Amino acid sequence: MNTTFFQLLSGMVVSVEIFLLTLLFSLPLGLLVAFGRMSKNKILQTIVKIYIAIMRGTPLMLQLIVVYFAPFYIFGLKISQGYRFVAVIIAFSVNYAAYFAEIYRAGIESIHVGQYEAAQVLGYSKRQTFCRIIFPQVVKRILPPITNETITLVKDTSLAFVIAVAEMFTIAKQISAKQASVNALMVAGLFYFVFNYVVAYVMEFFEKKLSYYR
Amino acid sequence: MEEKALLKMEHIKKSFTDVGVLSDISLTVRKGEVVSIIGPSGSGKSTLLRCATLLTRMDDGELCYGDMQAVRSVDGKSVYASREELKKVRQYFGLVFQNFNLFPHYNVMKNITDAPVTVLGHSKEEACAKARELLGMLGLSDKGDAYPCELSGGQQQRVAIARALALEPKILFFDEPTSALDPELTGEVLSVIRKLASSHMTMVIVTHEMQFAREVSDRILFIENGLVVEEGTPDSIFASDNPRVRDFIGKIG
Ligand SMILES: Nc1ncnc2c1ncn2[C@@H]1O[C@H](COP(=O)(O)OP(=O)(O)OP(=O)(O)O)[C@@H](O)[C@H]1O
Ligand SMILES: [Mg+2]
Repeated sequence: MNTTFFQLLSGMVVSVEIFLLTLLFSLPLGLLVAFGRMSKNKILQTIVKIYIAIMRGTPLMLQLIVVYFAPFYIFGLKISQGYRFVAVIIAFSVNYAAYFAEIYRAGIESIHVGQYEAAQVLGYSKRQTFCRIIFPQVVKRILPPITNETITLVKDTSLAFVIAVAEMFTIAKQISAKQASVNALMVAGLFYFVFNYVVAYVMEFFEKKLSYYR
Repeated sequence: MEEKALLKMEHIKKSFTDVGVLSDISLTVRKGEVVSIIGPSGSGKSTLLRCATLLTRMDDGELCYGDMQAVRSVDGKSVYASREELKKVRQYFGLVFQNFNLFPHYNVMKNITDAPVTVLGHSKEEACAKARELLGMLGLSDKGDAYPCELSGGQQQRVAIARALALEPKILFFDEPTSALDPELTGEVLSVIRKLASSHMTMVIVTHEMQFAREVSDRILFIENGLVVEEGTPDSIFASDNPRVRDFIGKIG
């Protein structure tokens, strides 16, 4: 019983790590991708469009496998044990960045051109305009879709099982196979539910914090 | 004595995808002058202001603010000054938009002080003191902490005027400053502009408020089809025998 508990706990920690690291990398990366997508440079724009299409058009599970085996098949490198977790973070970050990029883009494009013009006439540089005037308003507008993606991410962390990373779902499945009981899987389900409850609560807090203006 | 020209626009031309909007417009504004621009919808009034404030690129023409040349005409094409020079040029003028364009995430105080601090590098204390003075002058002393969404249209437009004035422009442009406002809110904005006129602020005002233009302006330009059809003192414009001008003033005023 005790070892079961600690196994589940360690799986939980891995799931939370995947979640946090993915957000940490994909949120800024998504903004960069959005800039590429909106770039006036047609070549860059096209490359980014294709990237986004692939990320959104193929299963994340397949992307995980590709990222995991790519070093071996493409470069002939030996895949080390530690690379499993790294591959998960890379695949998740690159995948979620594509989704976040489209959210950023929609948010940025929804800001009225008058905001840019007012800033320009007041003498703000392009960078100041984006950082001080545009981006704060974008954040407020995109919080709801970002919350949706974040909640999907919590559940998607379970996909890491395809390359045998010992996250919550992988471990729960092993335990329940060994014990011939679904208890461990139920615990896993409860974990994802509570995790998402916390995520939704935190995001709602941010939304409230930004509700001081319309 | 002739005051010196603050703004000189010469032979401005602008078309959008082959549709000529400004055919050949020249406008000189001297220090302390209030110039109103009137004319039918689509005649190019906004486009003219947007060219003057560097929001729209003109195709050809010359644009000078004081001693600074922002745009030169070379072989029938406009050539803009360097980015650094244009940055200086932008400090010369302010613009008040029809739909205010306040920054919704900043309160009134921050809307007014952010540009002086960020762009001009003024200290916060200095900028706040100036902002309080402006808010007092515009009758908004108690609104410093309010957000734009908590204000009426008339109040928002007055904040937008304060925001422009905080950078101490030598010339202030208005593009139909009251046409997004209910009639009962129009008066409060017009009286602010009147106040500025009596303190000899140099202003160029696009407006459909004929009586206001008549009363506040030193000079009125009537624009149609991208050309200045008539230019003169309010009295001469209102007594014009040009049928187009008479017709327009009769319809609106
Ligand atoms: N960005 C643009 N692209 C294409 N056409 C434009 C653009 N901006 C203005 N125009 C056209 O230029 C003409 C002049 O427009 P402008 O806004 O300068 O007129 P206006 O005199 O300000 O009219 P109003 O009194 O309705 O504000 C119009 O026919 C308009 O459709
Ligand atoms: Mg207009």
